[in-house]
Amino acid sequence: MLRTIEEINAKIKSGKVVVATAEEVVGLVKDRGLKEAAAKVDVVTTGTFGPMCSSGAYFNIKQSTPKIKCGGGRVTLNEVPAYAGWAAADLCLGGTAIPDEDPRNAVYPGLFKYGGAHVIEDLVAGKKVSLLARTYGTDCYPRKEYRTELSLADFNDAVLFNPRNSYQLYNVAVNLGERTIYTYMGVLRPRLGNANFATCGALSPLLNDPRLRTVGIGTRLFLGGGQGYVVWPGTQHVANPSRDERGLPLSPSATLALIGDLKTMSPRYLRGASVTGYGVSLAVGLGLPIPVLSQEVMAAAAVSDADITFPVVDYSEAYPLGRSGNLGRASMAQLMSGQIEIDGKKVPTGCMASRVMGREIALELKRRIEQAEFFLTKAVAPLPGATLLED
Amino acid sequence: MAKKKVVLSFPPSLIEEPVTYRLIRDFDLQVNILRATVRPREKGRMVVEMEGEKSNLEKAFDYLEERGVQVDAMVQELRVHSERCVHCTACTAVCPTNALSVDPASTEMVYEPTKCILCEACIPTCSYGAIESQF
Repeated sequence: MLRTIEEINAKIKSGKVVVATAEEVVGLVKDRGLKEAAAKVDVVTTGTFGPMCSSGAYFNIKQSTPKIKCGGGRVTLNEVPAYAGWAAADLCLGGTAIPDEDPRNAVYPGLFKYGGAHVIEDLVAGKKVSLLARTYGTDCYPRKEYRTELSLADFNDAVLFNPRNSYQLYNVAVNLGERTIYTYMGVLRPRLGNANFATCGALSPLLNDPRLRTVGIGTRLFLGGGQGYVVWPGTQHVANPSRDERGLPLSPSATLALIGDLKTMSPRYLRGASVTGYGVSLAVGLGLPIPVLSQEVMAAAAVSDADITFPVVDYSEAYPLGRSGNLGRASMAQLMSGQIEIDGKKVPTGCMASRVMGREIALELKRRIEQAEFFLTKAVAPLPGATLLED
Repeated sequence: MAKKKVVLSFPPSLIEEPVTYRLIRDFDLQVNILRATVRPREKGRMVVEMEGEKSNLEKAFDYLEERGVQVDAMVQELRVHSERCVHCTACTAVCPTNALSVDPASTEMVYEPTKCILCEACIPTCSYGAIESQF
């Protein structure tokens, strides 16, 4: 072991910590060698930003007078339905929820201009949203209807909670069909018109620690501009994927469930996304710090865009019908060059995640650690399939 | 030789006049129509690239002005709102002319208005409402 998390935190406190982003360590390891890079750098920061549909927030509202029991009733925020099947004043808003009146795909492809994700963005941007609750009365909660305007500060609690974020590896989406299709991977033009990917590659959090040796339940991270925590494996987490010789998974695998105080977050890193023909999604910015506990950790964090490959999947038939196809793999470096080759055809590429924002987040997390605004945590339990490095 | 890409807006009264024919015949211009909407009794609009002798091109613009055709530079037609753009680059994959492209060094999305032909293929690809067409 090179260092412990306690030692790293002591160095953060004394201002002596050395932090580099996951992009910066690629060159560092190449130029100076693994041993020297691992000895020099205490923490590697990662970052990603893109639509992550499995995101939402839960709220607790201040009671009205007389009191109202939202649980069992119906609640909307800016006409977007929220889930109210909890106690009197707790609500949950999913990022993909849309108003009942939204035409959806009745006018195809639907525009999905406003939904739960936009409500979340409006709140963190300091805007007021209108709440409407309709329910039944009880002896202790007699009120049946409540309308009010609320800003983020007016809620007792506002918590971002994302059941599945930070997918480790994702598909490259193409369309082998004869018409343009509108998917969560964007607009896919027919006959291999384009190939869309959704990853920050060498900056992507879980691709820099592919075996989850330093990240687990309890890990603190940059979430939506504030601080958040890994609370659980994300839904659909795959514990034991097939891996390449670098240990990188070959198909979509690990995921994280994340939580954080919405009141500390910023609209720069939480953005409502209107995905044409598909729906509303929340674009989330997150950054995971990786403590360089050993040379093995640094070797994994030095992964480059040329090392990472993604499966190419047809979204006209194979994906919706759950069939496996064989369109090969494409590396991040190829994808970022602007075109890849599939079956001998040159296909232009586009991305759903933002490398620019991912880099900004990795640099911002680096700055926060250097200025002792962000300390590392030791995970309390590993994610399924992983073994944490003991320090 | 000079080349200009512009948007021509025709008042309904001019719909019967063969303006493109005049541009080619009278001013010896190569006229490439990139996009057009012409409907009876409505304002017609056309995105054209015109190429020819500089003096002829100038005379052609004088003729258009005299006939009441509004000539606008292309740059005003497709707006990329940089404050809304997150540089995801989804738009670049469907752009046929590379007017929207990725800068390889910075990985930022770059918009070059002079290459745009206003096909609007990019508009549904932007999830953040950062691209707007005024055509």
